[in-house]
Amino acid sequence: MGTGTDLGRVRGLGAAKSGVGHWWHQRVTAIANLALLLWFVASLVRLPALDYTNTVGWLRQPVAAIPMLLLIVSVFYHFRLGVQVFIEDYLHNEGTKLLALLALNFYALGGAAAAVFAVLKIALGA
Amino acid sequence: MATATRPRGPAAEPPSRGSAGQPARGSAAGRPLSPHLSIWKWRVHMAVSITHRATGNAMAFGAVVLFLWWLVAAATGPAAYAFFYSIATGWFGVLVGVGLTWTLFQHMASGVRHLVMDTGAGLEIHASKTMATATYIFSLAATLVVWAAVWLTKGIG
Repeated sequence: MGTGTDLGRVRGLGAAKSGVGHWWHQRVTAIANLALLLWFVASLVRLPALDYTNTVGWLRQPVAAIPMLLLIVSVFYHFRLGVQVFIEDYLHNEGTKLLALLALNFYALGGAAAAVFAVLKIALGA
Repeated sequence: MATATRPRGPAAEPPSRGSAGQPARGSAAGRPLSPHLSIWKWRVHMAVSITHRATGNAMAFGAVVLFLWWLVAAATGPAAYAFFYSIATGWFGVLVGVGLTWTLFQHMASGVRHLVMDTGAGLEIHASKTMATATYIFSLAATLVVWAAVWLTKGIG
């Protein structure tokens, strides 16, 4: 491809301005979500009860807390990427789109921070 | 992203009627018309495609909020968790729970379908329809199994 227009176009990263990164990250987190969410559902079903004692007792264990932290990062990043495409497809006004994407980023990052903090607080036992 | 709607001519309406009130010149010769949402026959692979987006967004704004409520309540203490638990195990909570379980499994199945199609496999019309139908069968069966287990082992539901 050399330094011609093909490579130039790739380096310019196309209309999305971020190349294939978005597409690829969505696939990577999708595969992680598949494993982590099947584990999550199976774990909850296998608990003897879902009351406070059982839930917190389960989350205190490293074998639960560590996958939960991974799940939070993967799920929140995945939905942030997915909703971004949803917004870009349906909001055509640049200002509205920008505000919606900002709100999405705050929502995803804020939510992930709250979830991570909750798991750590339980797991590290306050 | 969306399942391709190949021009195959109008399926739901007779070809003699134009969609915008103009005489359909091309259709008389059996030529394909340009895609128009209102005259396309729904097919299962189209339904799965839009369901994937709908379930994804439903989880991003529904399941995620409930997930946060559950985790933060557990981190806050027994009283906060008891309030969450009473709502979540009430009839409305269970209804939402069953709905979101189906939403998760449906998005999961159609997501795997997307991953398969990303490899270039399953794009033929017959394989595409079979896989699309399978996602609905899987999501309904998995939801049934999970909630049957929750009901049998925990008496919730």
